[in-house]
Amino acid sequence: MSWKLFWLLVEAARLTILLSVISVSIGFLLSSLVCAAVMSTHRSARIAGKLFVSFFRGTPLLVQLLLIYYLLPQIGLNVPSEVAAIVGMSLCTAAYQAEILRGGFSSVPRGLIEAANMCGFSKFAIFRRIRLPIAVQLTIPALISEAIMMLKSSSLVSVVGVVELSRMAQDLAASTYRPLELFAAAGLIYLIINLVVAGFGLQLEKRMQWGRT
Amino acid sequence: MTFDLDLIVLYLPDIVRALGVTILLWLAGSALGLLVGFLIAVARRYGPRWLDWALLAPVELIRGTPFLVQIFLLYYGGPFIGLSLDSITAGLLGLTIYGAAYYSELWRSGFVAIPKGHVEAAQCVGLNRTQTLRRIILPEMTMLLLPSMVNMTILMLKETAILSIISVPELTLAVSALGTKYYAFVEGFAILALVYWALVEACSALGRYAESRLSKYRFAVS
Repeated sequence: MSWKLFWLLVEAARLTILLSVISVSIGFLLSSLVCAAVMSTHRSARIAGKLFVSFFRGTPLLVQLLLIYYLLPQIGLNVPSEVAAIVGMSLCTAAYQAEILRGGFSSVPRGLIEAANMCGFSKFAIFRRIRLPIAVQLTIPALISEAIMMLKSSSLVSVVGVVELSRMAQDLAASTYRPLELFAAAGLIYLIINLVVAGFGLQLEKRMQWGRT
Repeated sequence: MTFDLDLIVLYLPDIVRALGVTILLWLAGSALGLLVGFLIAVARRYGPRWLDWALLAPVELIRGTPFLVQIFLLYYGGPFIGLSLDSITAGLLGLTIYGAAYYSELWRSGFVAIPKGHVEAAQCVGLNRTQTLRRIILPEMTMLLLPSMVNMTILMLKETAILSIISVPELTLAVSALGTKYYAFVEGFAILALVYWALVEACSALGRYAESRLSKYRFAVS
């Protein structure tokens, strides 16, 4: 396989990274809302949040992407396929991240919250100073694996016509008739990106050891 | 948006057949993946050091790359190294390899989590290695691993949808074909999502039931 082909794959990998970063970020913002809904005291908000999480975790991302890709034009939104891909990926990862966050918040030791209460912390201060930092610390490893999961899942947006890494590999494999090398190279690129993200995650975990004894 | 239910009724036999393929691939792939994953985990934990290192690379390769790329490599790249498989066989093999890598990591985490004291206690009361494995390690591990195993098995079901891309005649492909024929994508994929959702919820309900049945093996993790 020539360097030129490999370079085309690397170029396409930039879109893969971009899509994943955007989706995971939007997904994170969405997931905080969903998590707030799931943990809220309002029954209807809880039910809506749980349904959201259950649906997006309970159906294949491929099906979600296809559904959104065909649904958006039907409701009058003619958006490029990249946007449909980001919408699908964001919704899906939001459900997973919401579940991770919920787990984090419910693992914050009750004693700490009670102690802060005794010290006269306001509700907001408890959230800002106690619950949020500890929940973030507890959920970093899981959030990083979710980001890696999304990076891999981003290969599925090739079916709605976004030419990212795996679609580029498919197109090149079809035109050069060398699928073995091209898919192996694409896999290698995914692997390298994931290793970088995982390494970054370990660094982040080390940095976030506040309050640990 | 016209929602044409007659279409679904008309093609119900096709859809049911495709659902059968999905469920069959899912169950077979998960069962084989569990088995191969167990063998890998045992080999890595109890085998010689070099075997552990030799198995580390393929497991991490599988876990670090998208399933889609793996099946492309297998299905389109396979014939170049003399491995010409039809789509269903390639799909099943791909699912098995993919599942085995993930399941093996789960099994390994299970081996690590069993307290040494339990094994020593079993030896003290005169249980031999097989008895210890069968009576102590496996039941405790089953209890410990059940939630994550159920999760992984649910993931396997969702991954079967990806096999439609290499034209395995499973549910997603059948519904896509109907969509193309009648331009009824939205209703087709909506129903498709509901079917997967129902299967996933059924699977996790079954997992919760099994967990409650096996709760006598639960021990406090310190």
